[in-house]
Amino acid sequence: MNTSTPLSRRLILQAGAATAALGAPGLLLAQTRPVKVGLLHPVSGALAYSGGQSRLGGQMAIDEINAAGGIKSMGGARLEALLGDSQSRPEIGVSEVERMQQDGVAAYVGCFASGIALPATQAAAKYNTPFLIDVGVSDAIVSRGLKNVFRLAPGNGKCVEDAFAGLSEVNKAAGSPAKTAVIVHEDSEFGTSTSKLLTAKLSSIGLEVKEVLPHASPTRDFTNLVLRIKAIKPDIVIMSNYQNEYVLIARTIFQQKVDLVGMFSVLGGGFNYKFIKEQPDVAQHMMDFNHWYSPRNPKAIEMRKKVEASNNLFTFEVYCTYNAVKLYASALETARSADKASVISALEASTWSDHFMPYGPTKFVNGQNQGGRAALLQASKTDIDVVWPNEFAGAKPVFPRPKFS
Amino acid sequence: MDPTILAAATINGVLLGGMYTLVACGLTLIYGVLHIINFAHGSMLMLAMFGVYYLLTKLGIDPYVSIVVMVPAMYLFGYVLYKGLIGRLAHGRDENILLITLGLSILIENLALLFFKGDSRTISVSYSDRMIEIGPTLVALPKLISFVVAIVLCIALGLFIQHTDTGRSIRAVAKERVGARLMGIDVDRIFAISYGIGLATLGAAACLLMPIFYVSPSIGHVFVLVSFTVVVLGGMGSFTGAAVGGLIVGLTESFGGLFLGESLGQIGISLIFILILLFRPSGLFGAKS
Repeated sequence: MNTSTPLSRRLILQAGAATAALGAPGLLLAQTRPVKVGLLHPVSGALAYSGGQSRLGGQMAIDEINAAGGIKSMGGARLEALLGDSQSRPEIGVSEVERMQQDGVAAYVGCFASGIALPATQAAAKYNTPFLIDVGVSDAIVSRGLKNVFRLAPGNGKCVEDAFAGLSEVNKAAGSPAKTAVIVHEDSEFGTSTSKLLTAKLSSIGLEVKEVLPHASPTRDFTNLVLRIKAIKPDIVIMSNYQNEYVLIARTIFQQKVDLVGMFSVLGGGFNYKFIKEQPDVAQHMMDFNHWYSPRNPKAIEMRKKVEASNNLFTFEVYCTYNAVKLYASALETARSADKASVISALEASTWSDHFMPYGPTKFVNGQNQGGRAALLQASKTDIDVVWPNEFAGAKPVFPRPKFS
Repeated sequence: MDPTILAAATINGVLLGGMYTLVACGLTLIYGVLHIINFAHGSMLMLAMFGVYYLLTKLGIDPYVSIVVMVPAMYLFGYVLYKGLIGRLAHGRDENILLITLGLSILIENLALLFFKGDSRTISVSYSDRMIEIGPTLVALPKLISFVVAIVLCIALGLFIQHTDTGRSIRAVAKERVGARLMGIDVDRIFAISYGIGLATLGAAACLLMPIFYVSPSIGHVFVLVSFTVVVLGGMGSFTGAAVGGLIVGLTESFGGLFLGESLGQIGISLIFILILLFRPSGLFGAKS
């Protein structure tokens, strides 16, 4: 008995449709395979707080990009975060780079600390994997000829350069009340190198360095050091140290009622919202040159609200990592693929301006964004204001600061 | 050198010494009885300081008022910790206690990192920046209070050890463990009480330090080395030694900072440590073996 069914045109069409329906998911899957972004930060160890804040910013950017439909030029490919913890140790940072490489990472974003970024970027260079530095100011990170490394934010040299320009302008605008300075710095590589840069250049803006006072970390009490400052009677004190000593010195200067025209820091370890919240009287009028967002940019204001609504502080780590991830996403859009060489080429030619930092469009030379710059910040009792550069300033500087007497 | 700065440095050194005495007197008690170095001393101080921080920020309890909460809480914590963990795992061997407290300190610090995060916190109370003029210098009121309480605490602990039944039992156990047991003293209980009192003093120290200092998961390291120096200098197990040792270390640090700068100034503390170990290993007030 012949049981075969004659092939009708309808049957052929139905079979074709069924084949297409069965085959399509595979095709769609191939088109929208997620792009794995390695977020490498010190979320444990001594730098755990900053690492956690960086991770928060990175994840916020990834969530936003995915919610907006992923990478459009790649058929809506989603970003997937691969989380890495360097434990605040350079060698662990390197092993995390290797682990993520095995997990198929397409690019890294990290590392908050220069000491970790230096070996981690080198490890990633072996695989030519793009590495976007969110925070890490050492100029050595981008001066070793590694083609895979890109930094949106400014480095140490540029920060100090900006600090001089800002300090000079603010001082001149106030009638040059500051003529002498004392530099207080922690005595490891970070504080000593910054202090040397400062000492060498201060005279060029008309400031005489009366004394340079190094200190160890940790130091438990700064009364004697502050009494020396009081005896020297400088117009300004410039600090370069980590969080704990920064706060202790600021507090002792306030307690000993040392009259100063201004108190400055360059990349001040303790200058943040928490300091203002915990010690508003001490923090008021203190100034710092640091990474900061443009306070006039509505996107920044919106993100700050979002971060604060989730009970977190809108610290520079959050938005530096957020913008670094967004920069990578823009390079993916341009490259139309996650191919490492194509993304590196896209970053090299990038003119991305959809960020909310006071930088302008990106322009990378040897991996360093040329527009990256630090802002001069000043604390009020409740907030931190950008007071220089003028085109981004949200408030006028209080300089000279009011006297205690 | 300006004499007013010298006078100010002296006053500052004495007050600094008070701060060190506060942290060291619990350590000296634990050593005096248990004959072990309590490596977890710094982490326990950190826990107590976080306790004070949260009592103020979450419940609005003033740090000085929180002494009535922190001292018994830390005593209980120490007692239970010794009874439930340290004593059980030690199997009567001192070197085991040393390793257990070292392990505990690593565990506690990392748990603190997990729960409190790595950043430092400070508190601001109405009197934290109140200054009192003493001679040529301005002294922060909380520092003065911590100095006075440190001395009172040392005297109180000394009286407790000398004149109470528990104190006599502690002394008996410290001198002759087997003999004390034969006299009907529950040696394990005395160990637990001593560990509890040692931690209770840290509870008091935390309440007095918070208005002056900051707290972070690694704060123990800032105080622990200097506390060991104070204990070794004063004589292990001696409260008078802790008070005098604290003052000497405070003054050394203050004058070291003044004459050598804050970078090199702390070298004086290490020098004292080495010299005492070389020439008087039992410390200034310690019993000679």
